[in-house]
Amino acid sequence: MATETMVEPTRRDFLFIATGAAGAIAVGSIVWPLIDQMNPDASTLAAANTEVDLANIAEGQIVTVKWRGKPVFVRHRTQKEIDAARAVPMSELRDPATDESRAQKPEWLIVIGICTHLGCVPLGHQGQYDGWFCPCHGSVYDTAARIRQGPAPYNLYLPPYKFLSDSKVSIG
Amino acid sequence: MSGHSTYIPKSDLARWFESRLPIIGLIHSSFIVFPNPRNLNYWWTFGGILAFMLMSQIVTGVVLVMHYTPETTLAFDSVEHIMRDVNYGWLLRYAHANGASMFFIAVYIHMFRGFYYGSYKAPREVLWLLGVVIYLLMMATGFMGYVLPWGQMSFWGATVITSLFSAIPVVGNSITTWLWGGYSVDNATLNRFFSLHYLLPFMILGVVILHIWALHVAGPGNPVGVEKKSPKDTLAFHPYFTVKDGFALVCFLIFYAWFVFYIPNFLGDADNYIEANPLQTPVHIVPEWYYLPFYAILRSIPSKLGGVIAMFGAIVLFAFLPWLDRSPVRSGNYRPVFKIFFWIFVAVTLALGYIGSQPPEGNMVLYGQLLTAYYFIFFLVILPLIGLFETPLPLPASIAESVLSPVKPPAAPAAATSSAEH
Repeated sequence: MATETMVEPTRRDFLFIATGAAGAIAVGSIVWPLIDQMNPDASTLAAANTEVDLANIAEGQIVTVKWRGKPVFVRHRTQKEIDAARAVPMSELRDPATDESRAQKPEWLIVIGICTHLGCVPLGHQGQYDGWFCPCHGSVYDTAARIRQGPAPYNLYLPPYKFLSDSKVSIG
Repeated sequence: MSGHSTYIPKSDLARWFESRLPIIGLIHSSFIVFPNPRNLNYWWTFGGILAFMLMSQIVTGVVLVMHYTPETTLAFDSVEHIMRDVNYGWLLRYAHANGASMFFIAVYIHMFRGFYYGSYKAPREVLWLLGVVIYLLMMATGFMGYVLPWGQMSFWGATVITSLFSAIPVVGNSITTWLWGGYSVDNATLNRFFSLHYLLPFMILGVVILHIWALHVAGPGNPVGVEKKSPKDTLAFHPYFTVKDGFALVCFLIFYAWFVFYIPNFLGDADNYIEANPLQTPVHIVPEWYYLPFYAILRSIPSKLGGVIAMFGAIVLFAFLPWLDRSPVRSGNYRPVFKIFFWIFVAVTLALGYIGSQPPEGNMVLYGQLLTAYYFIFFLVILPLIGLFETPLPLPASIAESVLSPVKPPAAPAAATSSAEH
């Protein structure tokens, strides 16, 4: 190494850094709006809740409703389906979750109908566990909409929802 | 771009103009007197065909936009309106949709030609990399264009491909939401795809200009892979190669016209004549044919993130070719071992394309996994090893010798020598 020299910072060095910093902030503040405009807009964020009348859904039936542009499955589960979901040991699950944690009321399973693999809509009452089967890449979900086979990494997501009465639920 | 121009302006006006903007001289030296290797075969005509296809797509595309409406409730109907009501709308749309397929057929032939003849080797690495960039831009453009008619395959193809980004750990879902502009593929998505589908072809055009610039720095490769050394090795671009390229283009256009006029929907999917329905996925989703090999690789890996990495990796590997293939010999004609594995690779890629078009059931998954394994092993293991261990055939001294004195290198002694060495 050559001799180490300590050069006193000059006024010009300060101006360089100050100009560079101001330039970086200016560029960032211009670029951010250009990027953020692609995020969901106010009208999308304000999408209203979806209310579902449960009285019309027979036992064993799955009804698909639209919430925030996505399908939501409302499944009126039979006792057999509930028992099947509860009998599964956690060790068999890829994304372990108890059936109790998946449904506020055991007979009503409410999940977002989007396969967690690549976003297709799974088909109800199909697949080995009689839950859902995704036709795109073969993911299989059980009667608690938990992933059991195929490429999807997670269980079907749960939307926020609350029961307004015994026969009415509000999703969102 | 090969040294200074030999263009001599003939009129006072031309002289006046040339001294202010020497663009005619640039065109003259690049496309009139440019010394091309005299032995270029018809595989070298696809560059010109691709330039034509890019211009054809831009022209038909600009015209289609005059009649198309990028809004989810109107897009599908506006495409049908183009097909039924607009004067020659059916011709323009079929020419544009099939033109995309022709563009990809030509680019795949162009890429495999470069692969076989070692066109990516020094001093043409940057030329090759620019080609990979063009290919990536083409894939993005083709994908977004397919979304615009807003049919079932448009919608679900867009959903599946954009969801690939949700495999990224931590930020994946935020990125997907950002790409969509909402919580699903919807109007915001359609509008931005339309905007980008219009923009990207002009970016492709810009990179194509760089690609041709880089091509004219080193000059094109050629089938024997020996660099041009003397004027005897070359012929002027015009008329020799303008005529050859022109003839190949006419043949290609006949093929293209056959699709447009006789089987315009052969490469499409019937499901795309059903309007997009966000609540119902078609039973069997397939992308356009030109993505099928990569789609098969995606489905072969039984993990979401792993599949996405493998799929993008399969494309990105092309960018590393100049450094994976260490053989000093360019042309596959003189590489007996490379040639075998190269043609296996071509067959594997085509087979992956077939598997990508089939439902992921039964043995298809297993075959897909085996072929995916070969795809990666070829790039990462076989290709570097061949470069080390292969004994190439003797190269001709010059391009002129290979063409003018077809003295077959005594095949038997040459083979005997190379086998004696081992």
